[in-house]
This record gives sequence, C-alpha cells and structure tokens, in this order.
Amino acid sequence: MAKNRGAVVIDTERCKGCQLCKEACPSKVLNMNIDANSKGYHYAYMETAEACTGCASCAYVCPDACITVYRVKN
Amino acid sequence: MTLEEIIKPENQVYGKTPLLTETPMHYCPGCSHGVVHKLIAEVIEEMNIADKTVGIAPVGCAVFAYNYIDIDWQEAAHGRAPALATAAKRLNPENCVFTYQGDGDLAAIGTAETIHACNRGENIAIFFINNGIYGMTGGQMAPTTLEGMKTATCPNGRDVSMEGYPLKISEMLALLDGTCYVTRQAVHTAASTVRAKKAIRKALENSMASKGTSIVEVVSTCNSGWKMTPHQANKWMVENMFPAYPLGDIKDR
Repeated sequence: MAKNRGAVVIDTERCKGCQLCKEACPSKVLNMNIDANSKGYHYAYMETAEACTGCASCAYVCPDACITVYRVKN
Repeated sequence: MTLEEIIKPENQVYGKTPLLTETPMHYCPGCSHGVVHKLIAEVIEEMNIADKTVGIAPVGCAVFAYNYIDIDWQEAAHGRAPALATAAKRLNPENCVFTYQGDGDLAAIGTAETIHACNRGENIAIFFINNGIYGMTGGQMAPTTLEGMKTATCPNGRDVSMEGYPLKISEMLALLDGTCYVTRQAVHTAASTVRAKKAIRKALENSMASKGTSIVEVVSTCNSGWKMTPHQANKWMVENMFPAYPLGDIKDR
C-alpha cells in the first residue's frame, strides 16, 4: 500500500481540459469529466481517487494552476 | 480514509500562489506559458520580493503577462524588453527586474537589444520562451524554427539554403562576458518543472546580487501552432526540439 494518501481539488472553471495532468499522473488517478465547465472545456477530475498519493506531479505541470494538492501519511 | 479527511487546509502540499491573479489565462489549453508564469510567481513569492520586482512584458502571446502575476509590470515595444529592463534596473538598482520574452520577440526583432543588454552585463534576468514558432500571429517561421519543421510560412519545412539555420541564441549569449548564468530548461514533466523553477530562482537571485545578466531559456511547446494535442506536442518537443536545443546549464559563474 502506498505510504501516503492524497487528494486533489480542481478549480473546474479555471481548467481548460488540456489533459497534461492526466498524462503526468503516475497513479493514473485523473481523467477528463464528461461534463464541461461554462467555457465548454471537459475539466479534470479524480476518477480513481483512492490511488492518489498526493505527489503533486499533476499540479506541477498544470499550466493554469487549477490543482490544489492535499497529502496525509497513511 | 475519506476525501473529506484528506482535504483539509493543514494537509495542503501544493496550491496556486496568491501572486497569480484570479484572471483566467488567455493561453491555449496546455500552453507552456502558463507553467512558466506559475513558476515565476512562486519564486517571487518564496523570495518575498513581490513589492520590488518589475517584470517587462513582451509582444507575443505573453503580452498580457501583466494581467496574471500581481507585481509591477511595464509593456515593451516588440523586442525592446531588455532595453526597457536596462532603464528600470539602472534607475532603481534595488529592484529585481526581469524580462519575459518569446523567440519571435527576443531572437528576431529584439536580437540587437538582447545581445547588447547581455554584453553590457545588465543586472537583469531574461526568461526566454522558445517554441520555435510565432505563436500569437498564427504559427509563422521564427529564427528558432528547426530545420525541416513545417510552419505557416514554410509549409514544406524550413529550408536552410533559403532561410538559414535555427538560431542558438543561448549559446551565443553564453559567449558574452556580461552574462553570468545561461541555462536551458523545459517544463514538460514534474521533474523538469522543478529544475526550471530552481533556474528561475537562481536568475532572480543573480539579478539582486548584481552578478550580470542571467538567461533562462525554456524550450516550450506551442500545441496550437504545431497543430497537435498538448501531450503530442510534449512528445514532439522531446524528440525534435531537445536534440537541437539540449537542456542544461550552458554557463554558470
């Protein structure tokens, strides 16, 4: 089991659905939502939230700074 | 453990720095500009120099940079950012002054200003976003366009017998005695983003320590101009841009 448990909160209105966070995630947690925000972008969301380790890789590569990362020791 | 137990202020490890404004960036989805803006804002925040930092915005995609980072900015004419930065730094030497320029701005119309500011060793930091293309105007050929790379104005690929070779501006600037730090970075992965952030911090520290001109080139993607998805553009950059523009420190003294 992973050492840390994490979670991300996406600023869905800021997200442009570029999918870079999805590609950067080593645990394949993120995916694009079928719903769109007010601009029509399919924003990111945690598909398999229990796999998140809070490594913040997604947040580092996010060009629009829409990801806040939380982490706790398991 | 439920998500509610994890998502608490005391568990936050990463978030948007308050120095980045709430204004949504106008950049295309997946554009490297956003990442570099974020890194610059984070470094300024960490160094606690927001009240004495002056950014010089270019002409190009980053022309609205002043809307996104909450510091003082000046807007330069196309390519003239290093000249304006020279004035800003000389008039107020206690300020931290940086320019933020693309390759069309810095390596084409502003080549003279860039080279002479570096040759004078102005105590400024230059952040140079190199995506090998004129992004804002629709993807025309830039001096940094790769050999054989297709753009709007060279649809058959750049022909070096007609249009010359890609301009390796960082290597050129490293030869000048006025520059103290020349490095080439990228922001396509989490690890490279962390390295780029360290480089940006070092450049701003050099500016404050009056060591000379620092240049941080960031090899970037322009997925709209390259007509790719953001992920494809990152892969294309690794395969094609990095051999021509190898990453790493070129000069550090």
